[in-house]
Amino acid sequence: MLRRLPFVLAAALGGCAPALLDPAGPVAAGEKTLLINSLAVMLGIVIPVIVLTLAFAFWFRSGNGRAKHRPEFAYSGKLELLVWSVPLLVIIFLGGMGWIASHELDPRRPLAATRKPITIQVVALDWKWLFIYPEQGIATVNRVVVPAGTPVDFRITSATVMNSFFVPRLGSQIYAMAGMEAKLNLMADRPGRFHGLSAHYSGEGFSDMDFTVDAVPAQQFAGWAAKMRGRGPALTAASYHALARQKGNVTPFAYGSVPRGFFAAAVREAGAPVHETDNGGRES
Amino acid sequence: MFGKLNWHSIPWDQPIPLIAAAIVGSGILAVLVWTWRAGHVPYLWREWITSVDHKRIGIMYCGFALLMLMRGFVDAAMMRSQQAIAYGNPGYLPPEHYDQIFSAHGTIMIFFVAMPFVIGLMNFVVPLQLGVRDVAFPTLNNVSFWLTASGALLINLSLVIGEFAKTGWLAYPPLSELRFSPGVGVDYYLWALQISGVGTLLSGVNLVTTILKMRAPGMGYTRMPMFCWTSLASNLLIVAAFPILTATLAMLLLDRYLGFHFFTNELGGNQMMFVNLIWAWGHPEVYILILPAFGVFSEIVSTFSSKPLFGYRSMVVATMVICILSFMVWLHHFFTMGAGADVNGFFGVTTMIIAVPTGVKVFNWLFTMYGGKIRFHVPMLWAVAFMVTFVIGGMTGVLLAVPPADFVLHNSLFLVAHFHNVIIGGVLFGAFAGYNYWFPKAFGFRLDERWGRRAFWLWVGGFYLAFMPLYVLGLMGMTRRMAHYDVPGWQPWLIAAAFGALMIAGGIACQVIQLYVSIRNRKDLVDVSGDPWDGRSLEWITTSPPPPFNFAVLPNVTGEEAYWGIKSTARDNGELSERPKYEAFHMPRNSPTGVVTAFFTTALGFAAVWHIWWLFVLGFLGAWATFVIFAWRDENEIEISAAEAERLDAERRNAKARLLDIPADQPA
Repeated sequence: MLRRLPFVLAAALGGCAPALLDPAGPVAAGEKTLLINSLAVMLGIVIPVIVLTLAFAFWFRSGNGRAKHRPEFAYSGKLELLVWSVPLLVIIFLGGMGWIASHELDPRRPLAATRKPITIQVVALDWKWLFIYPEQGIATVNRVVVPAGTPVDFRITSATVMNSFFVPRLGSQIYAMAGMEAKLNLMADRPGRFHGLSAHYSGEGFSDMDFTVDAVPAQQFAGWAAKMRGRGPALTAASYHALARQKGNVTPFAYGSVPRGFFAAAVREAGAPVHETDNGGRES
Repeated sequence: MFGKLNWHSIPWDQPIPLIAAAIVGSGILAVLVWTWRAGHVPYLWREWITSVDHKRIGIMYCGFALLMLMRGFVDAAMMRSQQAIAYGNPGYLPPEHYDQIFSAHGTIMIFFVAMPFVIGLMNFVVPLQLGVRDVAFPTLNNVSFWLTASGALLINLSLVIGEFAKTGWLAYPPLSELRFSPGVGVDYYLWALQISGVGTLLSGVNLVTTILKMRAPGMGYTRMPMFCWTSLASNLLIVAAFPILTATLAMLLLDRYLGFHFFTNELGGNQMMFVNLIWAWGHPEVYILILPAFGVFSEIVSTFSSKPLFGYRSMVVATMVICILSFMVWLHHFFTMGAGADVNGFFGVTTMIIAVPTGVKVFNWLFTMYGGKIRFHVPMLWAVAFMVTFVIGGMTGVLLAVPPADFVLHNSLFLVAHFHNVIIGGVLFGAFAGYNYWFPKAFGFRLDERWGRRAFWLWVGGFYLAFMPLYVLGLMGMTRRMAHYDVPGWQPWLIAAAFGALMIAGGIACQVIQLYVSIRNRKDLVDVSGDPWDGRSLEWITTSPPPPFNFAVLPNVTGEEAYWGIKSTARDNGELSERPKYEAFHMPRNSPTGVVTAFFTTALGFAAVWHIWWLFVLGFLGAWATFVIFAWRDENEIEISAAEAERLDAERRNAKARLLDIPADQPA
């Protein structure tokens, strides 16, 4: 560990900015702005309060003869008005911001872009991610390739316990739940490789349940999808169940074909595949 | 015969829990043997274990919380050290062990540290501040304590016999369902919380009744000390919220034991219902903890600034507004479930509104300090640290209440940093402040200031060092509950946080030393006046420690700050108030009902976890029979004669006369 320390420090201090402050898409960028604006508004009240607390504590210490002692000062209508209205005004302002932002950054809301969105369906499994490209007829595991500058309409479910689909540099996360189909619109502005993970604890293999997002130029994406089609194993009920049963780290790979309506069936089954083939238990 | 329990239920292959259990077990055994040999057992049984005195029960609650704090802290230290080293390697804790540790840490810290600590303080202080002799249902109070202890015992048993839940402290289904968690861990969790939850609910009923029905003559609602108000709000929340917890966990129990499908993936179960219900309890729970802490700080800031609390009525309104609003915000714990913009926006706004009354409170504490003569004893140090720390936690809380901001911060270490910021910086600082503030009242001597200050600085410094890096890690996209990770940039911050935990360990060590040193030097630290801090409310009018009945004659309250009024009048007149007329009165007899009930409920819980059905029935019948026997008791009160009351009160009056430097009573 010690030998790695210089590298670790360099990565932490000189390396990239915190993921949430280095957005790679419009959703993440909107959320970063919102985060910073809300923080700035609140610091406007929080910093004076902290300073006043320390200043009052220091100035009115019992040893300070210069401080004016007012032992009966326990009520002032004007101050009462102030102490209720200052937080109220700040909260009205922030609440308004929050309300508008909730609608603007609603995960279901389609993103504005010149290109037509593509759909990617996501299934959380024990402890890996399956990505289905219904329009391209292919599927991948633990690595998702998206075209840059194109909105992606993610449809998310789980074949197991609750997980949360999260790519910090692209923005919003959303829960993956069996029997549910969550909608999440994200977009990568430019090509790049991003870290994705499950942001909701899901059991033993949870820590390794991360994935890679590769945003590539749109042309390259089409080429990649065409190349993948028909190559590698086919996603069928049997291979899906085999994948679901596999534990732990799965090296990314791709399926060359996906039956029509596969994702809808996965949602409908509400996590049953593991159940049918696994005799009920996750642990023996 | 023994259900699922057998030789292999004990994790022989895992050295860490076994060694830990061996150390703790031999420690407990040594203490028990020593107590037995020294002949303290009859005393403990008579004066403490079966005591129905609210002060003794309060002290037992606080002592229990301090003990469990160490247990919970050991979990925290293991987590921090694991994450500090587990970059690119599995660390020293495999996931199946690490997952139990963070689940146990959360469960213990909330249910068996924070809860008993605030309940203990309320138990001890509220009747004294109200100027009454006990709570409304003294024996029930003892039962509450022992049921809490029973739940804690079950959780600690899981360390050696079987396993604890690997589901996180709220045991979200479907992970906590039989299909995904077939072991006994979740069952330990459920039964422990069900048993201790009954204790908490009874405690809430008891204190609500006490505050509403039993106050000294003249103590109207608007003359109650602030701590009584926040206790009232907190206990109303207990009464309203804990049944939700019990019902929710009961549904999960039905799923696990009888094949129901409330929350399963299959057959129409709905996990989202559990998440809604658990937070319908869980969010009020946050205020159950923090409101009494607000009350503690109100008392302390006012006392040590030598001023009345600024804006008392405003504070009362703010408290009750928080009490009501706390039931209208639960959805902010899962904005990421996908409820839609209107729902998320609504709950975001209601959440932010809570910041208004909370802000009012902070301002009122500020103006209480303004114009004061502030004495910086240890409790006041905690209060100032709280004010600074809590506004930071409040700010990050409001940030998390903005739904789209939560979409990126949810479940991250930013969230973990936030709730530790408010729970340590608010509840725990409040508990420590109250512990230092009321200790002389409980035992008749003050806690050592020097070690108290050392503990304070290490705790506060350690808190910042341990949790500020977690905010940064959250912004770096690190999620909570990871046993190991592959992102190099996270490690330095986690190492810093581990050093923070080490500093906190130093703070805890100083607290232990503080207690030891204070007991050793108790003659120098003695409080003869009953009023060591120049207090303003009624607990300071009586002796330290107070007699079992608190007040020989219930004080007559004529305004806010009852004791301050009486003290000022005596000082102005140069004489004590007129000697009252003493009358005989009754006090409740001690009762073993609580400890016997808890013995049976522990057996019941253990039997249910391991499916030992004959023991389950036996435990249930035993607990029930204990109550029946208690209900058919012949006599339950002892009489305190007027002469006895007068004799004890004379000592008190002389002490007050010495304190105020005025002539004492002439011997009657």
